[in-house]
Amino acid sequence: MAGGSDLKVLGVWTSPFVIRVRIALNLKGLAYEYAEEDLGNKSALLLGSNPVNKSVPVLLHGGRPVNESQVIIQYIDEVWAGAGPAVLPRDPYERAVARFWAAYVDDKVGSAWTGMLFRCRSEEERAEAVARADEALRTLEGALGECSGGEPFFGGDGIGLVDVVLGGYLGWFAAIDRIIGRRLIDPARTPLLAAWEQRFRAADAARGVVPDDVDKVLAFLQTLLAIGSMK
Amino acid sequence: MAEEKNEGLVLLDFWVSPFGQRCRIALAEKGIPYDYSEQELLGAKSDLLLRSNPIHKKIPVLLHDGRPVCESLVILNYLDEAFPDQGSSGKLLLPADPYARAQARFWAAYSDKIYELGTRLWKLGGEARAQARAELLQVLTNLDGELGDKPFFGGEEFGFVDVALVPFVPWLPSYERYGEFRVEEAAPRLAAWGRRCAERESVSGSLHSPEKVDEFITMLKKHYGIE
Repeated sequence: MAGGSDLKVLGVWTSPFVIRVRIALNLKGLAYEYAEEDLGNKSALLLGSNPVNKSVPVLLHGGRPVNESQVIIQYIDEVWAGAGPAVLPRDPYERAVARFWAAYVDDKVGSAWTGMLFRCRSEEERAEAVARADEALRTLEGALGECSGGEPFFGGDGIGLVDVVLGGYLGWFAAIDRIIGRRLIDPARTPLLAAWEQRFRAADAARGVVPDDVDKVLAFLQTLLAIGSMK
Repeated sequence: MAEEKNEGLVLLDFWVSPFGQRCRIALAEKGIPYDYSEQELLGAKSDLLLRSNPIHKKIPVLLHDGRPVCESLVILNYLDEAFPDQGSSGKLLLPADPYARAQARFWAAYSDKIYELGTRLWKLGGEARAQARAELLQVLTNLDGELGDKPFFGGEEFGFVDVALVPFVPWLPSYERYGEFRVEEAAPRLAAWGRRCAERESVSGSLHSPEKVDEFITMLKKHYGIE
């Protein structure tokens, strides 16, 4: 197995950005060391590796840091181009489409996610963020129909960039579902995404990495709110 | 001999947009011909724009044989990948080495913060403006540090990060005024780099003067009803 002692990920177990990197590494069959960071007491290694943003994930390859989850995923895909499936499509236009939707997810779903959990000061504000998430998921339902061409994932027959980027949020979605009392990815409203979620969670690459204990995630939410570390 | 075929490229753009300028500079650096299409943004958007970017309804959009590519940095990556050895210069924006590419992508994405924070400077007042000022100074300092003593972010060659960042240079004098700081003091190497880049035809041919940019900001403020 390639990778091994050469690869280390600094992360937080619930972070959608960390989860997506770990899934990408799993897809490529790469072994890596994982180190859990305490956001209330960041390690010297983290601060030294990502002095600009001081955030996770950080990928250390032979000790050299790569920062920003989507940059990391493209790096992995390029360095280990021969190993395992391609995370990004090969065709330049399809790559552009994948990058567009990956950017969309972090822009619309990402901002709704912080709005639903970390930035709302009232139930009204939370509801407003939920509405934004609903709208983004509706758009992504359409995108999934287009991008997949009837195949199981945004990436086609295998998991790709958009899948891992969106999939990283699934652990949090389950927690938000509990808070708001209904499913964000609702089979009645977004049937394609609901089916996609089942397949994604069941995939080998996602197993053990996408959090599935909602109580644990909700408890962790309290820790994060106490630290006040989520911008 | 038939005329150099236009590569089937149309750029939907807006004259002062730094994101559009990234694309114009990249196309010029690569010597790839294209049709420029100025879009109406403050009035009614064209059908072509709405069809090409239905999700965001924003420029820039690069149409390649009618197929849209949206988001400026996605367009820059696309130009390298779709035109690897074409165009009169055959120039690639990203370096070949994957680690260097990762660094370039990180810093190009980071440069977006200048526009985000600069916009907050002229749109907001009081505490919010002070906060934006502090963050912007930190970004400029970080960029200055990353550039170091190199002529360009790419090293000896003008590359991906330079293209991504240089369109914000004409906006800096306005930000300096609203934020009461000087780039020459806060990030002297970056200031020198800005002047160095302006000597390139691709850059001087694509960017507008700081005066024109400032006029535009003033017009936007009126449009949004900001004091």
